[in-house]
Amino acid sequence: MIKFLVKGLLRDKSRSQMPIIVVAIGVMLTVFIHAYINGFMGDTIELNARFSHGHLKVMTKGYADNMSQTPNDLALLDSDSLLSSLQREYPTVAWVPRIQFGGLVDAPDSTGETRAQGPAMGMGIDFLSSASTEVERLNIPKSLVRGRLIQNAGEALISNLFAEKLGVVPGDVVTLIGSTMNGSMSMYNFTIVGTIAFGAEALDRGALIVDIEDARYALDMQNAAGEVLGFLEGGFYSDEDAIAIAQQFNALHADSSSEYAPVMKSLSQQGNMGSYVSLLNTWTGIISSIFVLAMALVLWNAGLLGSLRRYGEFGVRLAMGEEKGHVYRTLIYESVVIGVIGAAIGTAIGLFFALLLQVYGIDISGMMEGAAMMMPTVIKARITPVDYYLGLIPGLVSTVVGSMLAGVGIYRRQTAKLFKELEA
Amino acid sequence: MNLIDVKNLSKRFPMGKGEFTALKDINLTIGKGEFVGLIGPSGSGKTTLLNILGSLDVPSDGEAIVLGNSIGALSAKQSAMLRKESLGFIFQSYNLLQVHTVYENVEFPLLLLKLPAAERKKMVMDALAWVGLTDKAKSKPPQLSGGECQRVAIARAMVKRPSLVLADEPTANLDAANSHNILKTMEALNRDLNTTFVFATHDEKVIGYLRRKIFLLDGSIDKDEVVEHSKIAAS
Repeated sequence: MIKFLVKGLLRDKSRSQMPIIVVAIGVMLTVFIHAYINGFMGDTIELNARFSHGHLKVMTKGYADNMSQTPNDLALLDSDSLLSSLQREYPTVAWVPRIQFGGLVDAPDSTGETRAQGPAMGMGIDFLSSASTEVERLNIPKSLVRGRLIQNAGEALISNLFAEKLGVVPGDVVTLIGSTMNGSMSMYNFTIVGTIAFGAEALDRGALIVDIEDARYALDMQNAAGEVLGFLEGGFYSDEDAIAIAQQFNALHADSSSEYAPVMKSLSQQGNMGSYVSLLNTWTGIISSIFVLAMALVLWNAGLLGSLRRYGEFGVRLAMGEEKGHVYRTLIYESVVIGVIGAAIGTAIGLFFALLLQVYGIDISGMMEGAAMMMPTVIKARITPVDYYLGLIPGLVSTVVGSMLAGVGIYRRQTAKLFKELEA
Repeated sequence: MNLIDVKNLSKRFPMGKGEFTALKDINLTIGKGEFVGLIGPSGSGKTTLLNILGSLDVPSDGEAIVLGNSIGALSAKQSAMLRKESLGFIFQSYNLLQVHTVYENVEFPLLLLKLPAAERKKMVMDALAWVGLTDKAKSKPPQLSGGECQRVAIARAMVKRPSLVLADEPTANLDAANSHNILKTMEALNRDLNTTFVFATHDEKVIGYLRRKIFLLDGSIDKDEVVEHSKIAAS
């Protein structure tokens, strides 16, 4: 009997091939769209995390209170000791010191007079120590447009847009005019060795990247750091984990009222990033749910119609003496087989396209010109474990429920009427 | 012994707020080996009566006893069992499973009976031999003519050697030559296997072969006549 049903299923393309194609397309779209939404939303968070917020950030209480101004006069002192302590207490988190600073970049002409000036958004990162992961984290090698990476003290990278604006090329010397952490004026020369484009308009307007030791020297911040950023294991932000670590750390330093006492904040606790994270999570959930629901309705209907079409056949089988329960069960088994195969194919194809988008991305930099928000200019998908089983909801559950509802007719209709439908 | 015993049978269907009476106070008996027809125009109730005799429907009043089973009292399972073991159906539009071969269509009732493969094969080949379709065993219904399809349907109905075959307008979609061919086949099976055939028809060609004619009019038996053997031979 099973062989007979399998033969029927394989030979009747409207019973097997078509439903499998419909289910596979629905599941593929569900998986792909979910990975795409997740990737786009997550990328925006990760971009902010990598460049400015970290998954966790340790600052002084005073710095935290005025974080938008990056007040280096309230920087963390004895940052090496703090860093060692953080690495010891939270070994699964990657901790890195950073100095963010503002200033004016002056590009001189051949006579030493100012040729061009522009406001810079500077970042001192650990560029030159052998254990540093910052270069990879900020994707600097791939962001290099011209020149080379920093190899020696006194060298700097500048954003390509900024370089064009100032008319500087690799090899030129520029002067950073800023203020030290003690409030006095600072002037420091850097040799531009390369230009970079991060693919985020807000960053690419005036970025100046230097080694943290140079930044410390230029801003008189020996063994200090504006902030220490922490990045969770796996490289993706988890609000729950980050908040738990921050709470644990802050509990240890709760007694100190000094504005130089360290405080740890999760990404969602920094500025408006909290509402942004919850907004992204909410919208990811809403959009994904709507899409899953829509696909579920489509596939439910497909299952329903596919089964209604077969009432005549069921009538004949009943007339031959097959029991209603057996006809109903075989209908469900068939829909399970179709649902599983369709969901598997759809998930595989959906993951394949999501992987392509995750690896290569789609460049939307043309649409991001002038954007003030730090958003990725390359749209990428992000495949998460959910994507491996999400397609089962519309693919398997909806198809089976559709067939189950359609199959109820086998019981509710009089056998004679059911069987007459074939002759209609 | 009677194969079918119908007593005071009525069948009503709901229609709007009222009811439509399809059969009223039917009384008849059909014995083993009969070749009998329920004859009447459309709406006379012949298909309704055939459905009840085939355990596809139940009477509203009265009783229909088929092979010792009171149709109205059977559970769905018992009803399926009766159809599976003892009844064969032949439909106007053949109702073959289109994606299955002739062999598989004929084999289907035997699969339900869970017979061993070797026994099934012998029975299917015998049935195909009765209807002259041994060479078409591997063909599928869309590759066959209407006459051949109906012969497959007859083979499917006969393969389990049922006590009773119910045929609803079996020649309605066939031309005259094919109709006679089919009817001769059924007549031969009735004679050789002593299978009872009950037809629902208004086709003169079928009527010409019947040995007993039960005329229905507006849900009641109008006339019940047994045809003399000599008359059948002459026709």
